[in-house]
Amino acid sequence: MAIDMEQFKVTYIEESLEGLDNMESHLLNLEPGSRDEDAINTIFRAAHSIKGGGATFGFSNISEFTHVVETLLDQIRNGEREVTQQAIDLFLESVDCVRDMLATAQGGGQSDASRSTELKAQLDALLVSDENFQPDAHPMPGDSQASPDEQSIASEWNIRFKPFPGMLATGNDVVRMFRELAELGELHTKVNFAELPALTDLGVEDCYLSWEATLKGQCTLEDIKEIFVWVEDECELVITAAPSLESSDSIDSKDRSTDDKPVSGINGASDHGVNVTTAAARPSSLPSENKSKPQNKTTAERRANAESSSIRVDIDKIDSLINMVGELVITQSMLSQLGEEFDIERLEKLRDGLGQLERNTRELQESVMRIRMIPISFAFNRFPRMIHDLCNKFGKKVQLKLSGESTELDKTVMEKIGDPLVHLVRNAMDHGIETPDKRAEAGKPETGTVHLNAFHQGGNIVIEITDDGAGINADKILKKAIQRGLVEEGIELSQARIHDLLFQPGFSTADEITDVSGRGVGMDVVRKNIQALGGTVDVQSTIGKGSKFTVRLPLTLAILDGQLVRVGDHTYIIPLVSIVESLQVHNKNVNAIAGKAELYKLRDEYIPIVRLYEAFHIEPDSRSLENGLLVVVEGDGQKAGLLVDDLLAQQQVVIKSLETNFRRVDGLSGATILGDGTVALILDVAGVIRVSQGRISHHDSINANGVAA
Amino acid sequence: MAQILAVDDSASMRQMVAFTLKGAGHDVTEASDGTQALTLAKSKKFDLVLSDVNMPNMDGIALTKELRTLPDFKFTPILILTTEAGADKKQDGKAAGATGWIVKPFNPDQLLATVKKVLG
Repeated sequence: MAIDMEQFKVTYIEESLEGLDNMESHLLNLEPGSRDEDAINTIFRAAHSIKGGGATFGFSNISEFTHVVETLLDQIRNGEREVTQQAIDLFLESVDCVRDMLATAQGGGQSDASRSTELKAQLDALLVSDENFQPDAHPMPGDSQASPDEQSIASEWNIRFKPFPGMLATGNDVVRMFRELAELGELHTKVNFAELPALTDLGVEDCYLSWEATLKGQCTLEDIKEIFVWVEDECELVITAAPSLESSDSIDSKDRSTDDKPVSGINGASDHGVNVTTAAARPSSLPSENKSKPQNKTTAERRANAESSSIRVDIDKIDSLINMVGELVITQSMLSQLGEEFDIERLEKLRDGLGQLERNTRELQESVMRIRMIPISFAFNRFPRMIHDLCNKFGKKVQLKLSGESTELDKTVMEKIGDPLVHLVRNAMDHGIETPDKRAEAGKPETGTVHLNAFHQGGNIVIEITDDGAGINADKILKKAIQRGLVEEGIELSQARIHDLLFQPGFSTADEITDVSGRGVGMDVVRKNIQALGGTVDVQSTIGKGSKFTVRLPLTLAILDGQLVRVGDHTYIIPLVSIVESLQVHNKNVNAIAGKAELYKLRDEYIPIVRLYEAFHIEPDSRSLENGLLVVVEGDGQKAGLLVDDLLAQQQVVIKSLETNFRRVDGLSGATILGDGTVALILDVAGVIRVSQGRISHHDSINANGVAA
Repeated sequence: MAQILAVDDSASMRQMVAFTLKGAGHDVTEASDGTQALTLAKSKKFDLVLSDVNMPNMDGIALTKELRTLPDFKFTPILILTTEAGADKKQDGKAAGATGWIVKPFNPDQLLATVKKVLG
């Protein structure tokens, strides 16, 4: 039977990546000199599985590389080797290396062979560095250790086989062995029951019989031994060639067995027992020579398989989904029954049914969404390693605190938030946390803390990156901003506004550009990436105490909680998360700056008014402010009041991309289809504010916001 | 058709073993470690047990020992799947009462050939 090994590779790669994560986290917790058996065993097992699977599924490079790691770990596990910092570091590098190999296997590209070769050399060096250690003498499966003697072929063999009484209790059946012998040639057996005790003394589970057999057929001593290999130590076995020994002819089987070597043997020693073709060959064993050699699979095939990404889903989630579908089916049949003979008297029932349908739909939607939700620990897990490496690099001492790791968010959002988070954490390490001496000078503990925290808030997930470092020097930022022409000199800016300048394009306060941060990929990219996910990022900082970056993200990219608003004949949707409040306009609170902008005095704050009908060039019910409603929104840390004619319902909408169906439009993040079939556009709040401010100069807008904030 | 219990902590190996054996018409029950396998073994009879050695919670050697104490598993063939070509794991397995072993890596055909041999 030909079985395609490709189908298991995806699982192998996935489980190996998980295994590597597991190895990494345990390695990071491992102290030099540690004897933590659980941790070492876990690390060993992961390496062991990766190696074993690699060999099975045709990733010989992974298997060979991991073999060395496994050997070292095995020695550690057996107490033959100490856990040293050097070993830990090498193992961590190996984890990265295998990860690359797996990625290559997944993507079908070329892996960096020089890196793995170099690393393997270092591991090998470590392996032989221990004087007590004898180099690995394990024969690889398939290496035939048979002596020339065992390879010699005879045409007739005498076999004396006497099992020890307990042999049967290992599940070995004598019949099986004779059946196999019979497959090698013509077999004659004689049973000897001389040792059979009296019935009263008979142990029912013991074996008292012994056999003498003659086997006629072209086979080697090894072929015969192979059959008894499992019971070697549980029997007396004497195999002798019958007097007429033919050793020179029938080289055939020997040659064949040499060819077979790449297909590794079932029983370790060799393949002969399985693959040798004799007069009475077993047809069932033949196919193994040609098929299912995974090494031969082409790269293209590998690639095709790797591209489909998959997700692991908790069985509970699937069960609840099935449950939900069940209820939906019930509701559907109820409604169709109602529809068959409907009269107005049953209107109430119809209403009930529709209500139930709505509930079912909502619940179904929620549970489908939950399938895509995975805990944020997937994104957090890479940080312990990163902090470990960066500490070494900077000579800083940092302790990483994680909390809220089980907070769930959409898989797509998770994949895209990884890089911005890395950037923020790197920044905290590079710019935030001070060196140990500086910290000591400032009266802080030498070890700094970086805290990653995640939690749900409304329909959002909030991720906070807090450090107890130096904080952001507002004066320095302001100076730089003025230098770059981002802000005019002499303008008073609030602390928050100054901090926000960090997110301006091309802004880097790193005095020296290190290779960690300050590479020109600045905070503006971080903010852009987060905004692309429909999220926001802002910063709070106190000099000398540290900084806190707060990232807010929608739980999913597919569905949005929206407020429907009407402007003239058009319906727009404002993401609920960006709405602060809605109010009726009192003219006394409106300040117009001649020819530039209108500001609304909201308590002790001034916010710009954006007349949506102007922004979208449509005809409203009324152009007067007092007849409309002002929806106060916040985007990019800026507040604005959007003037609309009316507020309609709040509902969840499915986001359809404008970009893929039409083109990108400033101020709009997408579209959706409403219950009545019409299309409504979804506002990109930050974009709308930006567009409306395009008419007024940048400086003025900063000024206007800074006045009273 | 035989009832086979396949025990391995690696999902891909389990998947491969199960797929191969099911393709040959056997009924395969999967367990991801020794503890789980033992629980299954106590509620059901199997004709053959295939077990990995290195597993969390309970390894293949301990599982073999435990299984041999169950009346239903006294003579049941138990094969150890091991990557250790060195003799120690095989000997440990044998000492615990295993019938024999299959050395990893093996391909589906080799697995089937061995299983066929044992089941007869």
